[in-house]
Amino acid sequence: MDTYEILFFVEVLVGGLLAGVMYSLVALGFVLIYKASSVFNFAQGAMVFFAVLSFVGFMELGLHFWIALPVTIGLMILVGVATERFVLRPLVNQSDDTLLMATIGLAFVLEGAAQLAWGVEVRRLDLGIPDVPLTWLADLTGIFVSALDITAGVVAGVLVAGLAILFSKTKAGLGLRAVADSHAAAQSIGIPLKNVWMMVWATAGIVALVAGMLWGARSGVQFALIWIALKALPVMIIGGFTSVPGVIVAGLIVGASEKLAEVYIGPYFGGGIEGWSPYVLAVIFLIFRPEGLFGERHIRRV
Amino acid sequence: MYYRQAGRFRTSYAQDMRLLPVLEDRILLISALVIGFLIIPLFANNYWLSAILIPWLALSLVALGQNILMGYAGQLSLGSAGFMAAGAFACYNIVLRVEWMPFFGAVLLSGVIAAAVGIVFGLPSLRVRGLYLAVATLASQFFIVWVIDKFGWFKNYDTSGIMNAQQIVVFGQPMDTPAKEYMVVLVIVTFLTWLAWNMAKGSVGRKWQAVRDMDVAAETMGISLLRTKLQAFAVSSFYCGVGGALFAFAYLKSVEPVAFDILLSFRILFMVLIGGLGTIIGAYLGSGFILLLPVFLNIFFHAIFPTVDATITSALEQVIFGVMIIMFMIYEPLGMAKIWQNIQDRMRRWPFKV
Repeated sequence: MDTYEILFFVEVLVGGLLAGVMYSLVALGFVLIYKASSVFNFAQGAMVFFAVLSFVGFMELGLHFWIALPVTIGLMILVGVATERFVLRPLVNQSDDTLLMATIGLAFVLEGAAQLAWGVEVRRLDLGIPDVPLTWLADLTGIFVSALDITAGVVAGVLVAGLAILFSKTKAGLGLRAVADSHAAAQSIGIPLKNVWMMVWATAGIVALVAGMLWGARSGVQFALIWIALKALPVMIIGGFTSVPGVIVAGLIVGASEKLAEVYIGPYFGGGIEGWSPYVLAVIFLIFRPEGLFGERHIRRV
Repeated sequence: MYYRQAGRFRTSYAQDMRLLPVLEDRILLISALVIGFLIIPLFANNYWLSAILIPWLALSLVALGQNILMGYAGQLSLGSAGFMAAGAFACYNIVLRVEWMPFFGAVLLSGVIAAAVGIVFGLPSLRVRGLYLAVATLASQFFIVWVIDKFGWFKNYDTSGIMNAQQIVVFGQPMDTPAKEYMVVLVIVTFLTWLAWNMAKGSVGRKWQAVRDMDVAAETMGISLLRTKLQAFAVSSFYCGVGGALFAFAYLKSVEPVAFDILLSFRILFMVLIGGLGTIIGAYLGSGFILLLPVFLNIFFHAIFPTVDATITSALEQVIFGVMIIMFMIYEPLGMAKIWQNIQDRMRRWPFKV
């Protein structure tokens, strides 16, 4: 391997890691809800799409960036509250599978509602952060990283740190973890289930908005955003369903492995293996470490 | 009253084990078969046959396969469209390359090939369950479609992307009208449904259900998890494969990998959920519902707003779809099959309320 090849490898690796940060951001919303209600929220991808499309829609209506942002956050809180009221509350103490299916239904509602309100065409989203490689960094090291990439990394870091503190240090976080363990037991010791769920879903909606804004700035605001949700599944499997830091590590692993596989293994198969390589990686992980990197080991009793 | 069990005694094991112990149920089934085999091919028009009945039957078969895996054996799978693709392309290649093979043989053989693929992708089910398994089956969905797309042999080195399925030929007769195609599909679907019904009611199905309810407990009772789970995957993929082949040959009239995307897998999942997990009739009710709902909504919207845009109706359709799924989960988690059962109960006790 000469220097050029090593440099190329590093470049692919960095590109993959940066893509991985974006996956982590989406997966973060999943983990949040999974921790609080042991529901895999299939609608997270739809929430990303709904949030960012509404944000762009408000901006198109003439609202300033700093006005559109709180309005969209308010909307996502409303979505969280409505979800709790109309979907989750009637399903308290139902099996996890039932809840999963209900979130698939919710995903359909959100996708349809977003398109109904704002139309179907692909939108551009300009955050004012350029998505072109920083020249000084490229000159210095030969690695192409854009300001948007760095922003995504910083935002992800801040969110993860904030959520980690929320879960482990605050009383609300303790309530969240109790609810995740058992709905009935948490209620019996006086934890208000509906407030906890409302809070979690609203937070997940805001995380979705952040993820959507970064994705939208990169690849346009379009329907394809909901498929990122499926990419977040292997991220969660590898990280462990309940670990916030695990999501970041797993996102980086998935992003990096996906790009490296595409560049180094892909050519032997005619390319295009990016579509399934994360899932295969997740399956391999499952065989050796079913609880993921940082997940809690589950013991089943008969 | 209309429907009764009282006073009808089962005097032999054969009577006790029959699929439909209630006389009225048998009459209902026989009349449904008479309508299906005799009246519909004579009187239905081509639109109904080729746009609704044929895809309904083919997708019901796929939903039945998904239901065997998910409803009976309790293995969450999101890859049914992948197995459909395996079946459809197997059928395409068999008809293309093995000239002496009759169509029925080709369809069943493609089901067997899909079953083999299913066993391979069912292997992770031995280690993982639930959502984790769903990810493994997602891998199969993307992987199978990718393999078919990437390796030219499966598509007979066709690069146009639009490949017509061959004409169905049965006993030397080309099946060139919708009514004939419908009969071919109906014969296969009826036979396989009867088979699945017996499997579900017999020891095979009971083992599946035991594994679904608690796999560790089932294992301690001497049920081999390896055998039972892989068997469920094989049978399920067989049904998905045959359904996929029929879907491609009789309905789409083309075989292309893009037709078998993840969205189709989701539709089949919904058919099973809305129809009713772990029931045979649920697969039929659910797929009929999922197929017909968009048709009715479309007619309905055009009646009210004649000039409405197609993108708006499809978005609205999606919202209604989602709301219906949520409502089913809240009010009738056991699906349409349960509603049918409630109707039966109601009729049994009529004129008294249940």
